[in-house]
Amino acid sequence: MINFAYARAHDVADAVRQIAADPHAKFIAGGTNLVDLMKENVARPSRLIDITHLPLAEIRETPEGGLSIGALVPNSDLAYHPDVARRYPLLASAVLAGASPQLRNMASSGGNLLQRTRCVYFYDTATPCNKREPGSGCSAIDGVNRMHAILGTSEHCIATHPSDMCVALAALEARVLATGAKGERRIAFADLHRLPGDAPQHDTTLAADEIITAIELPAQGFAEHHTYLKIRDRLSYAFALVSVAVGLALEGDTIAEARLALGGVAHKPWRDPAAEAQLVGAAATAETFRRAADTLLSAARGFGRNDFKIELARRSIVRALTQAARGTPQSQSDKRIA
Amino acid sequence: MRQRSALARKTLDPLHRQPESDVTLRVNGVARKLAIAPWTTLLDALRLYLGLTGTKKGCDHGQCGACTVLVDGRRINSCLALAVMKDGADITTIEGLAQGETLHPLQQAFIAHDAFQCGYCTPGQICSAVALIAEGKARNADDIRELMSGNICRCGAYPNIVAAIEEVISGGAGKTSP
Repeated sequence: MINFAYARAHDVADAVRQIAADPHAKFIAGGTNLVDLMKENVARPSRLIDITHLPLAEIRETPEGGLSIGALVPNSDLAYHPDVARRYPLLASAVLAGASPQLRNMASSGGNLLQRTRCVYFYDTATPCNKREPGSGCSAIDGVNRMHAILGTSEHCIATHPSDMCVALAALEARVLATGAKGERRIAFADLHRLPGDAPQHDTTLAADEIITAIELPAQGFAEHHTYLKIRDRLSYAFALVSVAVGLALEGDTIAEARLALGGVAHKPWRDPAAEAQLVGAAATAETFRRAADTLLSAARGFGRNDFKIELARRSIVRALTQAARGTPQSQSDKRIA
Repeated sequence: MRQRSALARKTLDPLHRQPESDVTLRVNGVARKLAIAPWTTLLDALRLYLGLTGTKKGCDHGQCGACTVLVDGRRINSCLALAVMKDGADITTIEGLAQGETLHPLQQAFIAHDAFQCGYCTPGQICSAVALIAEGKARNADDIRELMSGNICRCGAYPNIVAAIEEVISGGAGKTSP
């Protein structure tokens, strides 16, 4: 870790002023990813701006009948909040599928959105990585890429976004509230994270001087028919090989509304409007689910060691849609997959 | 130990870019004032500056849980926390759990169930289990395993760790022989 200066932000405007004044400064809240990256010399901020004293730790109702989650609400408080657990069990389940209780106590909701990939080459400063050092090359494409992306990749980067929470937020069509020098704006969740393209150093569409202040959930929480199914190398405390967030609204056996988002397969939580459109109006059967999985994965491409993820994703999608349709969501404690 | 703390300070301090910050940590009920650089983790502050070496440095990357302490009653990985950000916080380490000569029920249960082999992960396991019980979310052994997953034991004492925690939750308080 290189040495750095430390300052506290007193309010949101002060935080924006401070970050705009120093292009090498970074905000710190929970620090669970940033401090780790600093220890690895991957992140080398000149200054840390401590935002933990800002008044952004509330969960409250929105006028539209949804919930607003302050950016500083710890992941654990979010998952166990009674309104979140009751109305947005998909989100609660995804949060509890990630990290450990200690990390969930530290990690903030806003920070979860901004965590960096866990690609081993991004972390290893002895190897080329376009995300860490633009133009240096991608070591993963011909390297140990078992954990890497199968959708939306580019010749410059095949990293995945590591968050579980974000997969649920994508399925729920949350919005992100951000404040910068130009004022406040709302970002549709699908527009927050970007694909690597030729600029994989940018994970999100946020401007350098913007701070996330809240995440807004719409009223529809799919509490009756949802699941978060996470497949990983060990039963807990591991990043996803593939994860699937599903929210369904059913009318009898017919699917009236469908949300399907995948984690562990792309540079951002992956949704496919064509696959979701195919589900709507169809009977909730295994055949319907297989067709949607085939559509979503039609452009999937492996890089050798992660080829297995395509079939794993196909089966996980069918299984998750089945769990959601039956109203039997995956338990994050009893790990048997029903 | 005092000597080692002084040595550690000497090697750390000349590197600073800004003046050390005055930080007060209330550790195991005692207010401790420290002048530290902002890159000092809470784990290093406890071990190197306060000589409280019960809290262990395992991976130093938030992956093993050996550094688990309670901050304002919540379990966290002290290796990923900057001490300067915990100014004024209440911190409980393994050294703060016993009441005089009387061990905390979890300490007693870990002994009764032989819930360790080398013991390196044990302070983190016990601090984590104290918080797990206070959180009140664990209803069965599956829940305990899941909610203790942030604490790795390379010796593989997991079955006995789960048994020790189960016993304290059910009110046995470490009296049963293994």
